Amino acid sequence: MKVLVPVKRVVDYNVKVRVKSDGTGVDIANVKMSMNPFDEIAVEEAVRLKEKGVVTEIIAVSCGVAQCQETLRTAMAIGADRAILVETTDELQPLAVAKLLKALYDKEQPGLVILGKQAIDDDCNQTGQMLAALAKLPQATFASKVVVADGHVSVTREVDGGLETIKLKLPAIITTDLRLNEPRYVTLPNIMKAKKKPLEMLKPADLGVDAAPRIKTLKVSEPPKRGAGVKVPDVTTLVAKLKNEAKVI
Amino acid sequence: MTVLVIAEHEHGTLKGATLNTVTAAVACGADVHVLIAGHNASGAAQAAAKVAGVAKVLHADGASLAEQLAENVAAQVLAIAKNYSHILFPATAHGKNVAPRVAAVLDVAQISDATKIISADTFERPIYAGNAIATVQSADAIKVITVRTTGFDAAAQGGSAAVESIAAVADSGLSSFVGREVTKSDRPELTAAKIIVSGGRAMGSNDKFTEVLTPLADKLGAALGASRAAVDAGYAPNDWQVGQTGKIVAPQLYIACGISGAIQHLAGMKDSKVIVAINKDPEAPIFSVADYGLEADLFTAVPELVKAL
Repeated sequence: MKVLVPVKRVVDYNVKVRVKSDGTGVDIANVKMSMNPFDEIAVEEAVRLKEKGVVTEIIAVSCGVAQCQETLRTAMAIGADRAILVETTDELQPLAVAKLLKALYDKEQPGLVILGKQAIDDDCNQTGQMLAALAKLPQATFASKVVVADGHVSVTREVDGGLETIKLKLPAIITTDLRLNEPRYVTLPNIMKAKKKPLEMLKPADLGVDAAPRIKTLKVSEPPKRGAGVKVPDVTTLVAKLKNEAKVI
Repeated sequence: MTVLVIAEHEHGTLKGATLNTVTAAVACGADVHVLIAGHNASGAAQAAAKVAGVAKVLHADGASLAEQLAENVAAQVLAIAKNYSHILFPATAHGKNVAPRVAAVLDVAQISDATKIISADTFERPIYAGNAIATVQSADAIKVITVRTTGFDAAAQGGSAAVESIAAVADSGLSSFVGREVTKSDRPELTAAKIIVSGGRAMGSNDKFTEVLTPLADKLGAALGASRAAVDAGYAPNDWQVGQTGKIVAPQLYIACGISGAIQHLAGMKDSKVIVAINKDPEAPIFSVADYGLEADLFTAVPELVKAL
């Protein structure tokens, strides 16, 4: 069984982004970029399924600028076998990415697509579900456990109030939550090996997809600042402040 | 122009997140209909009819909708979607699961986590863990939106809408429900609590987490929350996680114990009215958002606080 793992290049999770003074977006010039953490978990899960003998081939996919090749190399260093970059310098929104992935799904016919549940830049949490709808496939979002058996996959999901387990017919779409696994560190020999793995370049037009954005960003602004308050010397003062000043208890 | 709100409900009762979503729907400036898609959920349908601002409740009752599987609920919404200008879901685990499926089939973009309705086609939403706020405009004929519930007040009672039954969709046959492990608790729900006591990695163990924070939460009638570090370490269950990718909360009082305050955690709680931080590290970033910071060892300060209350 093949697995498709889409990965996104995003601002590293340790970076605190700054809003540009002209309000057109956030400043990402010279900022460290990394693979979206949830996507790293997705790649790791695919590799573990391959190590268990459930999966035969892992194809990493990214949609975006030429530098996404680095992200794909990282995916191949973790263990993906080959990669596809759908290259464009245009802004890609989740619906467009889902359409590109649907075209690749049709081409590659994987048994599973494993994606991160959300990207930490736009925080949309849409692409996996949209892909599932477009490909008319079942979905299991926010996965914390994945078991493949007998043409089905059982997925335990992190939901409000606890955990839920559902069973999907393959092929299926899974999106990862934080506690699905802990991605391995990539080793130097694997980074070297990844450089030799095949990386195919495509354009959205090659897949016959109109990737034009549907949502216009009018402006991006700073959130209202929350001023630091005061330090209190002891518990008694804290209780007094909460009672008399803040009046919350 | 009519707005459809997809209600969240459980065991025949309407969940609070639905009320905040109705408020957002009213702000879109149109009639509001509420869809209850479920099985044996007429209690929730009756409750939705009494919410102020709701003009009509549509009730689809069928076994296919009992476990709220995304494939079936999305199909139910799509069966009536064309009658609406806006389709709003609360941005809960359930709403986030279903909404993009609906949007994709309609071939429209989705606005995730709207925090403000500026006009019928323009919305505010946080990006980069809330470190920036984007004002976005949708050109699509139907706007599919998930609503961040902390951005909107709960709609009041006082409505008297008619409840109309609609046919439930057939089961997709693609997925099936196996089981659910629900964290049992007498405490208020995290996203609806007025006070939250939250613990971080410094709690040190699951036992300490319970032993130290439970008495404080009991005393205050508070919900318990946790940072990602505490959940990853197994000190607290996953559905307690507050942050960018966990729950977004905005209680009257948030007490952060032994939480350093990573930006991902701050993203989930910085809209709280009053924030108290108890941490022995004077440099902890949590102090930069706390109204009241107490630089102390939580293992002595928290029990002292319980006694002083």
